[in-house]
Amino acid sequence: MGEFKVHRVRFFNYVPSGIRCVAYNNQSNRLAVSRTDGTVEIYNLSANYFQEKFFPGHESRATEALCWAEGQRLFSAGLNGEIMEYDLQALNIKYAMDAFGGPIWSMAASPSGSQLLVGCEDGSVKLFQITPDKIQFERNFDRQKSKRHFSWGGRILSLSWHPSGTHIAAGSIDYISVFDVKSGSAVHKMIVDRQYMGVSKRKCIVWGVAFLSDGTIISVDSAGKVQFWDSATGTLVKSHLIANADVQSIAVADQEDSFVVGTAEGTVFHFQLVPVTSNSSEKQWVRTKPFQHHTHDVRTVAHSPTALISGGTDTHLVFRPLMEKVEVKNYDAALRKITFPHRCLISCSKKRQLLLFQFAHHLELWRLGSTVATGKNGDTLPLSKNADHLLHLKTKGPENIICSCISPCGSWIAYSTVSRFFLYRLNYEHDNISLKRVSKMPAFLRSALQILFSEDSTKLFVASNQGALHIVQLSGGSFKHLHAFQPQSGTVEAMCLLAVSPDGNWLAASGTSAGVHVYNVKQLKLHCTVPAYNFPVTAMAIAPNTNNLVIAHSDQQVFEYSIPDKQYTDWSRTVQKQGFHHLWLQRDTPITHISFHPKRPMHILLHDAYMFCIIDKSLPLPNDKTLLYNPFPPTNESDVIRRRTAHAFKISKIYKPLLFMDLLDERTLVAVERPLDDIIAQLPPPIKKKKFGT
Amino acid sequence: MAALEEEFTLSSVVLSAGPEGLLGVEQSDKTDQFLVTDSGRTVILYKVSDQKPLGSWSVKQGQIITCPAVCNFQTGEYVVVHDNKVLRIWNNEDVNLDKVFKATLSAEVYRILSVQGTEPLVLFKEGAVRGLEALLADPQQKIETVISDEEVIKWTKFFVVFRHPVLIFITEKHGNYFAYVQMFNSRILTKYTLLLGQDENSVIKSFTASVDRKFISLMSLSSDGCIYETLIPIRPADPEKNQSLVKSLLLKAVVSGNARNGVALTALDQDHVAVLGSPLAASKECLSVWNIKFQTLQTSKELPQGTSGQLWYYGEHLFMLHGKSLTVIPYKCEVSSLAGALGKLKHSQDPGTHVVSHFVNWETPQGCGLGFQNSEQSRRIKDSEKHIEVEVRKFLALKQTPDFHTVIGDTVTGLLERCKAEPSFYPRNCLMQLIQTHVLSYSLCPDLMEIALKKKDVQLLQLCLQQFPDIPESVTCACLKIFLSIGDDSLQETDVNMESVFDYSINSVHDEKMEEQTEILQNGFNPEEDKCNNCDQELNKKPQDETKESTSCPVVQKRAALLNAILHSAYSETFLLPHLKDIPAQHITLFLKYLYFLYLKCSENATMTLPGIHPPTLNQIMDWICLLLDANFTVVVMMPEAKRLLINLYKLVKSQISVYSELNKIEVSFRELQKLNQEKNNRGLYSIEVLELF
Repeated sequence: MGEFKVHRVRFFNYVPSGIRCVAYNNQSNRLAVSRTDGTVEIYNLSANYFQEKFFPGHESRATEALCWAEGQRLFSAGLNGEIMEYDLQALNIKYAMDAFGGPIWSMAASPSGSQLLVGCEDGSVKLFQITPDKIQFERNFDRQKSKRHFSWGGRILSLSWHPSGTHIAAGSIDYISVFDVKSGSAVHKMIVDRQYMGVSKRKCIVWGVAFLSDGTIISVDSAGKVQFWDSATGTLVKSHLIANADVQSIAVADQEDSFVVGTAEGTVFHFQLVPVTSNSSEKQWVRTKPFQHHTHDVRTVAHSPTALISGGTDTHLVFRPLMEKVEVKNYDAALRKITFPHRCLISCSKKRQLLLFQFAHHLELWRLGSTVATGKNGDTLPLSKNADHLLHLKTKGPENIICSCISPCGSWIAYSTVSRFFLYRLNYEHDNISLKRVSKMPAFLRSALQILFSEDSTKLFVASNQGALHIVQLSGGSFKHLHAFQPQSGTVEAMCLLAVSPDGNWLAASGTSAGVHVYNVKQLKLHCTVPAYNFPVTAMAIAPNTNNLVIAHSDQQVFEYSIPDKQYTDWSRTVQKQGFHHLWLQRDTPITHISFHPKRPMHILLHDAYMFCIIDKSLPLPNDKTLLYNPFPPTNESDVIRRRTAHAFKISKIYKPLLFMDLLDERTLVAVERPLDDIIAQLPPPIKKKKFGT
Repeated sequence: MAALEEEFTLSSVVLSAGPEGLLGVEQSDKTDQFLVTDSGRTVILYKVSDQKPLGSWSVKQGQIITCPAVCNFQTGEYVVVHDNKVLRIWNNEDVNLDKVFKATLSAEVYRILSVQGTEPLVLFKEGAVRGLEALLADPQQKIETVISDEEVIKWTKFFVVFRHPVLIFITEKHGNYFAYVQMFNSRILTKYTLLLGQDENSVIKSFTASVDRKFISLMSLSSDGCIYETLIPIRPADPEKNQSLVKSLLLKAVVSGNARNGVALTALDQDHVAVLGSPLAASKECLSVWNIKFQTLQTSKELPQGTSGQLWYYGEHLFMLHGKSLTVIPYKCEVSSLAGALGKLKHSQDPGTHVVSHFVNWETPQGCGLGFQNSEQSRRIKDSEKHIEVEVRKFLALKQTPDFHTVIGDTVTGLLERCKAEPSFYPRNCLMQLIQTHVLSYSLCPDLMEIALKKKDVQLLQLCLQQFPDIPESVTCACLKIFLSIGDDSLQETDVNMESVFDYSINSVHDEKMEEQTEILQNGFNPEEDKCNNCDQELNKKPQDETKESTSCPVVQKRAALLNAILHSAYSETFLLPHLKDIPAQHITLFLKYLYFLYLKCSENATMTLPGIHPPTLNQIMDWICLLLDANFTVVVMMPEAKRLLINLYKLVKSQISVYSELNKIEVSFRELQKLNQEKNNRGLYSIEVLELF
């Protein structure tokens, strides 16, 4: 099948941001996740947990709360005091509105979805009316004077609506208030015990509250307690001490028969409402299952009908299916841990053997080393030249980088933030590099969702967030705008993936939900649209010579579509008829990059986070009985057996987690790994638990 | 106690027994005389005490007797059937059978059945039944067909219940068995289907039945070697309906399933059955007597010359064909006691010694605090306890019912309610069996332990502690109190589970070795610096004392087993502590001594575990020591006899602290080693490797 020299790169010092909030939308089965750097990601749980959209972060915009309202509208609020709504079609921020209450710590949408409640630093609870295109301030709830602090009440850290929408519960420091929504006045104020294991702590922060329809309020606090309150009388009903550290988050199932809490020790506890004795109607809340999938604080939890979702400082997003709710015991019933983004953060200049790494606020350019030695499978070759860190390019301003790209020739770098597009020209003189910014970007090139250079580095393709695709001609140190493919009238869907054919004639673009459009770059018109498919595209590429477009979807299907013939290729049809191997379909990370071998037209190279695969279209497809992945090299088997057992999928699982893999030349691969241990080493230390003694 | 006495042979005359053996042995109207019908032409009347025949009658050459001769107890005449239809009646004075009364019937006779106190019944092969008198009045009367085609009568028995003759016969058709119960006076015939249960292909080899007021207990010996019991109501609820009967396992594998020779089963009395057949291992046939209540083998006798697989039991005599001759084995059963039921072992002792009196005699009311004046009531209660026990055992043998859990729960609740209402009612065995089903918990039946505590039934309490997951701390503590206070002599009589106790009296050789090693263990810990040098020295002064103390267990084995059950039980410290304060000081010291002893035993080996199947763990021991001291320190510290123990414990704690500090040190160094190891595995940030895909 082939022997490759693999540049095994582990110096991509990428650390995902910690997860701050998650919000589950039952209607669309989507999960919104906000991270500590302000990034908001949307995961489609129906599409194999694919991260289909993201909104880049902003330094000054620490998101503290996230919620869905009015069905599919997503709102966030943060410490800058602003409430924001996201445009899920155009992938930008619709508007930001100051709530004038100082930093916002909590937010909750009313059960009907028409009102939004925010809890502010100054202790105020503000009610907003959601109008079709904006939100409108309605009123403040009565503030209470805190006896302990001799000032206006402390910050409102948590909010929850009663399912009928008549009352709300607000968690603050040392107390929980219950407000009547109609009058806006406080009905009860329940003081939370500061005592922690007999020792009085300075403060008891109510990190989360949940209001149940029977009037019970569940609170979680910094003293490690889960407490049940009766909102009618304002009394404590029951208290569970579950952790030695803070309990930071709570989420209740829609049926109100189970809820989940997350602690600073990384433990997630499941509570269920179970009958006191068999066949009795009296039920009580019982702590049923503890899960330890996190090493650090679990900052946020969510409860979908079938799974517990948790996220926190250790950057993992964990889906723990509830076995009793899962009807079919298939692969969906397995635990899922999402750590890495489902998009490519790395681009590569094959000609100069350069790698461009994209971080939140800077780019790094590295030159790969070289070797003259040869070896056999598994050998590590002595380096004649080590990898060099050539460039560290910091962005200006507080915005995160959305996308970046280096041209195949290595002389252009482009990247974009939400408000600005940057293009740099690189000059190489021996070992010196000079960098020159191409100024005077046209106004329409303000923000890009995806950037791509043509194979000969003469053209730049930019997918803007207005749905338009721009083609820019690059020559020498200057550029010229050639054309813009405008989105079809009426749609504003942003294109997030681009692929260009090596001959430069075809450009394929894919949005988040609509199909893949193929444009003819020479004639500057839409050539065709690939038939729509139910699952979002995770990666695509156009093969040299044949101009076959290979598309990978989040359900792990791979299609090959002939652009000149405007139809699926025979091979693709055969694959669809026979179906993929069941183990292939059960992989839980999407394919993020596809490339081709210049000399072997039958090969398709693709990878996800845990494997790298070469599909040889000339070989028979594996059926469910054959071994998909065989890590051991064939030993003394005869050629006949080898040929008989050989199948199209050649898989290597040596490199993981694999963030990027590409072919530099016929015999050289580059693989970028990011070991989890290296990420953990950069996180703040977790709460130390003593192992021995007490 | 059941016993078989010396056998004797009835006749030296070789009976003309065919391959099926004898046709039958029946009682005559004189107690000592029996009618033996061989399978040819002869009927012989034997006097057993004289071991000689009194008379012999034969039918003519060419005729053959088809039904064993019986005695008509009302007239003293003998009745026999030859050639299926010809009935002969004669008495002792007759010499030639040819000359006696003869009646030719219109249908073939299966058996004539005769018991004391009623006229004989004639059962025809087609299932019809006639009284002998009525039949003789009109011998040619038409006999109806009761059973279907191909249904064959296999076995029959005749009882008189409350002066009502009841006839039962079993038929077989295509492997299915049916039972017919004929109330002769009321002419009600009820048909039952015998369900064979799980093992459908087992063939029933032999039947026997006994009767009490309401039920016929039908016992059957299956081809799998097990004895099953089926209860058939004498007065059916609905005679019209075809009802099914479930059999329950009574005794397992009493004979070899695939024996070549016949097997036979006969009920001796309510509790005993005699089984003829080869036991599992031996190939020689045996006559064995089993106690079905305790499921124990009472006695057995080898029959080396083989039998015909037939067995009759009248009065105190067992009849069988041993080799070619008719053998009689007198059988006696004394009042059974637990000692006897437990096996032959104790029985070999002289029955005159009063060892036996220590064991509970099930037949005589004893203990229970009930005087003899109301022995009638107590016997009634004992009877009902026994009855319940049998019923429960039957139910548990079935087990496959879907509502098993609820039925068990309801049963226990019902039993406990009765226990509370009638103080003398205490179905102990039954409760033990129910607890061992693993479906009960404390919350399901809180009264159970309360009653057991009241009765000081330590065995039941131990079982509860082992089986129930949710015993409240107050009850655990009450159990502990009883376990500590109960006298050694009363403990002797109980039968507690000794699984968790190892025979500590066996002195281990490693004792002294460990003593020396403790010095080496204290690496990095200098006992000299410690303030309590004095007590160390004081302890060292009496090393002999200490070793003596450490090697002998302070409590008897049975008490140790009970205390171990407490150690294994779950508890929560805060709830347990207040209850521990109620335990008298001398008991506390005893328990502490025992715990300290366990600790010393633990520290004898490197893994810090105790020998045995389910021993208490070191953590449990340490936790309990801490708990007891926490609760009772002020009391214990004032007791002079506890001083030595406290000093020992102090030393123990000190050594624990040093062990843990060492462990913590090791943990740190281990982590460093792990880090080093990781670095070695880590190939660095960049390498070029060779990869070959196959």
